[in-house]
Amino acid sequence: MKLNLKIWRQKDAKTKGELVDYTLKGIEGDMSFLEMLDVLNEQLINKGEEPVQFDHDCREGICGACSLQINGEPHGPDRLVTTCQLHMRKFNDGDTIVIEPFRATAFPVITDLVVDRSAFDRIQQAGGYISVNTSGNTVDANAIPINKHDADEAMDAATCIGCGACVAACKNASAMLFTSAKVSQFALLPQGRVEAVDRVQNMVRQMDLEGFGNCTNTGACEVECPKGISLKNIARMNREYLSASVKG
Amino acid sequence: MGILDSKVPKGPLANKWTQHKNDINLVNPANKRNIDIIVVGTGLAGGSAAATLAELGYNVKTFCYQDSPRRAHSIAAQGGINAAKNYQGDGDSAYRLFYDTIKGGDYRSREANVYRLAEESANIIDQCVAQGVPFAREYGGLLDNRSFGGVLVSRTFYAKGQTGQQLLLGAYAAMNRQINRGKIKAYNRHEMMDLVLVDGKARGIIARNLVTGEIERHSAHAVVLATGGYGNVFFLSTNAMGSNVMAAWRAHRRGAFFANPCFTQIHPTCIPVSGDHQSKLTLMSESLRNDGRIWVPKRIDDAIAIREGRLKPVQLKEEDRDYYLERRYPAFGNLVPRDVASRAAKERCDAGFGVNKTGEAVYLDFASAIQRYGKEEALTHGIKNPDEKEITRLGKKVIEAKYGNLFQMYEKIVDENPYETPMMIYPAVHYTMGGLWVDYNLQTTIEGCYCAGEANFSDHGANRLGASALMQGLADGYFVLPYTIGDYLSKDIRTGAIPTDLPEFEASEAAVKERLQKLMSGSGQHSVDYYHKKLGKIMWDKCGMARNAKGLQEAIVEIAALRADFWENVKIPGKADGMNQELEKAGRVADFLELGELFAKDALTRNESCGGHFREEYQTPEGEALRDDENFKFVSAWEYKGEPKDAVLHKEELVYENIELKTRSYK
Ligand SMILES: Cc1cc2nc3c(=O)[nH]c(=O)nc-3n(C[C@H](O)[C@H](O)[C@H](O)COP(=O)(O)OP(=O)(O)OC[C@H]3O[C@@H](n4cnc5c(N)ncnc54)[C@H](O)[C@@H]3O)c2cc1C
Ligand code: SF4
Ligand code: FES
Repeated sequence: MKLNLKIWRQKDAKTKGELVDYTLKGIEGDMSFLEMLDVLNEQLINKGEEPVQFDHDCREGICGACSLQINGEPHGPDRLVTTCQLHMRKFNDGDTIVIEPFRATAFPVITDLVVDRSAFDRIQQAGGYISVNTSGNTVDANAIPINKHDADEAMDAATCIGCGACVAACKNASAMLFTSAKVSQFALLPQGRVEAVDRVQNMVRQMDLEGFGNCTNTGACEVECPKGISLKNIARMNREYLSASVKG
Repeated sequence: MGILDSKVPKGPLANKWTQHKNDINLVNPANKRNIDIIVVGTGLAGGSAAATLAELGYNVKTFCYQDSPRRAHSIAAQGGINAAKNYQGDGDSAYRLFYDTIKGGDYRSREANVYRLAEESANIIDQCVAQGVPFAREYGGLLDNRSFGGVLVSRTFYAKGQTGQQLLLGAYAAMNRQINRGKIKAYNRHEMMDLVLVDGKARGIIARNLVTGEIERHSAHAVVLATGGYGNVFFLSTNAMGSNVMAAWRAHRRGAFFANPCFTQIHPTCIPVSGDHQSKLTLMSESLRNDGRIWVPKRIDDAIAIREGRLKPVQLKEEDRDYYLERRYPAFGNLVPRDVASRAAKERCDAGFGVNKTGEAVYLDFASAIQRYGKEEALTHGIKNPDEKEITRLGKKVIEAKYGNLFQMYEKIVDENPYETPMMIYPAVHYTMGGLWVDYNLQTTIEGCYCAGEANFSDHGANRLGASALMQGLADGYFVLPYTIGDYLSKDIRTGAIPTDLPEFEASEAAVKERLQKLMSGSGQHSVDYYHKKLGKIMWDKCGMARNAKGLQEAIVEIAALRADFWENVKIPGKADGMNQELEKAGRVADFLELGELFAKDALTRNESCGGHFREEYQTPEGEALRDDENFKFVSAWEYKGEPKDAVLHKEELVYENIELKTRSYK
């Protein structure tokens, strides 16, 4: 198929960016979206132009590196997939596709489609862990049975890949879905309860410091999340936060 | 030929590690504060090592090329992690895990290292649960297990199909705790370009800041490389796009011996190649072989009809299917080790029984498992006389709970529903058993340079068993390296900080800059990918699942020629002083072009078949690998001497005191 691409090109953080037009022929339905961009880049390189830069690594929907806003939607039109898992069969011959970086104040553009998501790391550093030493002096793994339902729910929350689509989808650029996923994972496990109060307070404080917006419950994040992280996690975090505030 | 000292402690196998830990020197907590350690790589091995070293009190700097440690390639591991917990009461023990690993590796790994790994395995699970890793559980609240290939017990722990993700996020969380305490400083989007030696000891690295392009000097008292495997030398593999050999290769060029480069694992269950545009291959976890049955049509005309789209696999009757693994290996069936399963698939496809357009695919079928689980579910839920539809529905639900994300991934890529029609799979490059040579302490042949995880060669011999890489990465990082490195560092308590203005740093930095300059000034004929794909094709055709002397000799010549062409004619647009992903790729491919040649040379030198290394000249009449213990019971450790073809071979003879060498049989 033939495609008209409008791609955000930006030299670096200091330079202004713009959408640039490209046409691309010979794209097959079996190609992934990133393989389509590989084809474009190969052509640009052969013409002596600079290829489009974008983050990616695993190309199987798990590392969370890829991060494109495709026709206004983070990770594009398909559901429950990342950009790297989106296949060109979701598009038609002659389509125009607008490709931009994830947009949020807390995610500044580095170049082209590459953004800086280190704010997410800092939220995790503020409390996204259980304070056990890693020296191996722990109790037997089966010493504390965990209700299967809770374990499964913790697992569902833990599958967040830290891609930032939730932020890019939100009109307020809120990071609630991301933050609540980690808070929930630990809140659901006995091992995580011990530090629950400090954790939620510290992570929420850092989230606010990073300049993410407030949550107004539009639910856009859940729709675009490639891992199906549920809004229930936000509700749970709100409860955790409230009870933490009461406990001081 | 030099002698390699593996520094394996004396004494009975089961006591070696405990005794060694009691014997080695320690650094007291006050002194640890004065010691800096660089950890390159933040996957399972590097992330866990960094967290533990920082917790012990050392000052740690970590490096990774991704924007966050959480994105290391370990994140992609699907199926699970082994541990000799014997929770299932099926007779598992540290010894059995040790035995399975040595046998699975086709008797080409070091006994003492493997025993230590098996010993520490149980600890890993305890540790991870304490860190909040949400492993799968049974209804009673206890941990669940599954089986992997090459073993007869159920010892694999898992978190749905995302075990690597959950374990890595655990290690990342442990790192974050130390970052928050100021004990780890993380340099993300940084690539190590060179190792700096001062007085023969590893004392730092030269790194490129991938955002600004700046070349930076970082010093430390010791350097740990945990930079993963080099499967991407084949261009197409299941590895992440950025996985590379640069750090290990730079260390090799500085004196670290490279061991068994030709020991590569080709994984039997990957989604087949769909076209020339293919940029990487996707694994379908080995855990699927617990429930999936592998087959091709019995008759060649059926295979042809399927390829031409005239026949659907579900239309083929049971008796017309050839479950070739169950047929050839009745004892292990679909759960034979990977090398065996891969070669068997290739054998069927080469014979004309392949089932996709290109004839390079076999089926992995879940229909019987769906039936079996459906009936089980109906029984346990008290559903009387369920009809066929109900059974299928219930069975699909069980399969979905176990492998849902893999099935979804398959459907997205192939555009077929694997609940309804069998999956198509084919072998693909997956893991590299070879890597930097290390002694029992995980030290390379460079003093103060350690290597952990997939980047070293240590535990898997000529073939790795499923779910053992995660185990090794975490054992190395949490429980082995943090202690063994202390023995070395105990001599450094009075050294003080290593200055970065030493002439050695200056020279190393200059060399890195010159190399980048040279890459940027190619004549501009071809892109980096052009060369990478060419290299990949040579590797796959001549150094892949089956190798022979003639092909390997050709590969050596072709790779050398390709390398020369690359340095002359590569084209890298843009500049070196900012983010330039083409330049990043070029640096990695340049090193693959050297490693590939050494790989072929190693395969040519090893005149036997063992594990993943299959030399066509050395096979039994039934087509099984023919090992030669008399002449090749050693680790090849290559010393860098300029061009890869000039590399010098050192042999570490493998000593088996506790296991009797046998011909591997899974029949
Ligand atoms: C698809 C897939 C599924 C798998 N499933 C399983 C499984 O179920 N069970 C199992 O046991 N094993 C599995 N494996 C194997 C296992 O995942 C890997 O062997 C293991 O995770 C490697 O961990 P590592 O820490 O050694 O390296 P990696 O996780 O590869 O980490 C390498 C690190 O080094 C960094 N790095 C590399 N080069 C440089 C450089 N020059 N400068 C700076 N940083 C650098 C990277 O940024 C990264 O942080 C699987 C592998 C694949 C590909
Ligand atoms: S919650 Fe979903 S969208 Fe947000 S970072 Fe996690 S995986 Fe991405
Ligand atoms: S590249 Fe890893 S999730 Fe897309």
